[in-house]
Amino acid sequence: MTRRDAANRRRGMLLLAPTILALGALTVYPGVWVLWLSLQHRIPIFDVSRFAGLDNYAFLAVDPRFSNAARTTAVFTVTSVALEVVLGVTAALAIHARRGGRRLALSFLLLAWAMPAVVTAKLFEWLYHPTAGLINVALGARSINWLGDPRLALPAVVLADVWRTMPFVAILCYARLLAIPAELYEAAQVDGAGRLATLTRITLPMLARILLVAVLFRTLDALRAFDIMFVLTGGGPAGTTETLTVYAYRALFQTLQLGFGSALSVVVFLLVMAVAWAYLKLLRAGTVAA
Amino acid sequence: MRRSIRTLGDVLILVALATYAIPFFWQLLTSFKPEAELLRVPPLLPSRLTLAHYRVVIEQSLMPRALGNSLGVATLTTLLALVIGLPGAYAVARLPLPGKRLLLLAIVASTAFPQIATVSPLYLLMRALDLRDTWAGLVLVHTSFALPLTIWLLAGFIREVPIEAEEAAAVDGAGLLGTFRWVVIPLLAPGLASAALLTFLFSWNEFLFAYTFTVSEASRTIPVALALFPGVFEVPWGDIAAASMLASFPPVLIVIVLQRFLVRGLVAGAVKE
Repeated sequence: MTRRDAANRRRGMLLLAPTILALGALTVYPGVWVLWLSLQHRIPIFDVSRFAGLDNYAFLAVDPRFSNAARTTAVFTVTSVALEVVLGVTAALAIHARRGGRRLALSFLLLAWAMPAVVTAKLFEWLYHPTAGLINVALGARSINWLGDPRLALPAVVLADVWRTMPFVAILCYARLLAIPAELYEAAQVDGAGRLATLTRITLPMLARILLVAVLFRTLDALRAFDIMFVLTGGGPAGTTETLTVYAYRALFQTLQLGFGSALSVVVFLLVMAVAWAYLKLLRAGTVAA
Repeated sequence: MRRSIRTLGDVLILVALATYAIPFFWQLLTSFKPEAELLRVPPLLPSRLTLAHYRVVIEQSLMPRALGNSLGVATLTTLLALVIGLPGAYAVARLPLPGKRLLLLAIVASTAFPQIATVSPLYLLMRALDLRDTWAGLVLVHTSFALPLTIWLLAGFIREVPIEAEEAAAVDGAGLLGTFRWVVIPLLAPGLASAALLTFLFSWNEFLFAYTFTVSEASRTIPVALALFPGVFEVPWGDIAAASMLASFPPVLIVIVLQRFLVRGLVAGAVKE
């Protein structure tokens, strides 16, 4: 190593020091602390604080509320991500097919994505209003209680989430579409490919990779979803929209079980990391194959 | 004939996307509707428009305080994330570091970090440090959460700055700071804007931490104030609509005025690997 390299290395460490300090103190340290908390019985209001070993995790195995929350999280994640991909690709293709006014078209989409999720929740709470909600009015003055019916609440929450996050998928796909060289389409035309063939043989394969990335981001986001259901339904009715994160939050801050709630948080963390890891492996394998 | 069909298609697509934004426009319309007409639909359109809901929200609710808090917290978070993140990103992009691969992996992994995972220890930490219900507490946790994405984005943009420009500055005798000030930052300006916008939006929209660490109007941000918007006997839909519009004003402004930077940041965050 030359002296210049050594100097650069020192500089690098110095420049990175504030980052390491911030992430160490506010992400890594709490990350270790939460593991420790999850091994304890800790209920401050009853002055309970003792070591519990794996009790909290053992309880999860027989906790019906936990399995319900896990199922809700899975259903929510799969349905909302699937809808986002289908709608997102469609929207991207539609905007790309336009000649003018793309900026305006993008604005309509970005509007939904950029505002706080709490606002989205309030928007949809009003749209779902049993008597005065726009959705019931549009369906011909019905009085469906979207958020109060245990069968409809989760689909209603999924719809609100899809509305807010589909634009993310659409924007990524749209940016990729812009980067597909025009020669590719010209060549296809020369070869006599029809519209459908062009779409399935050229456009969609070109989108595959960015879609995988978008799905990864969206899946990780959906697995830890909190804001929408916490504000829109509070996890109800009858726990039908209670995701793992909402359950963990309520255990922590509503029933004040710091130990048990932390165990739930650790489960969400492990779930997200496992999915991310599996996905990156898949993505890498895909790169090698392609 | 063919041309007019294409134009028709263009119009249809635009109409479809405008329809997509209806939930937003419906709330906008609701915020101007007279109280008595809110629950009487149809007709969909109000007989007249009123500013009464905005008056209530501005004069009688805690929303103005919350707006101030959000503006302060989000601005400070953005500045702090850039001040900490820019040198870090430069080191990651340009300088040799021990364990660089592992470091990059850790940065990517922490962009996926679920907030719920650290909210309980952070709550205890905030209490121990007496930072609950303060701007400082929120700015710190927001910064630490936004930092991985900020660094990821900036490192990508820094790699796009031609290294020859930096070498030329070094030959001219500029030190690291000088190179930074006169070469890197000017060339990086659009990237900085993208990273800053995304950080600002994250902090402005963030709910879980803000809801947990704030107690009073001293630090409650907009999403928290909106989630807790009080209704005494019945839900004040018109006031909530007006409050929602105030809460979405900065994000909407960013979408309209600074769309280019926003899209660039979004795409860069996903594509750079």
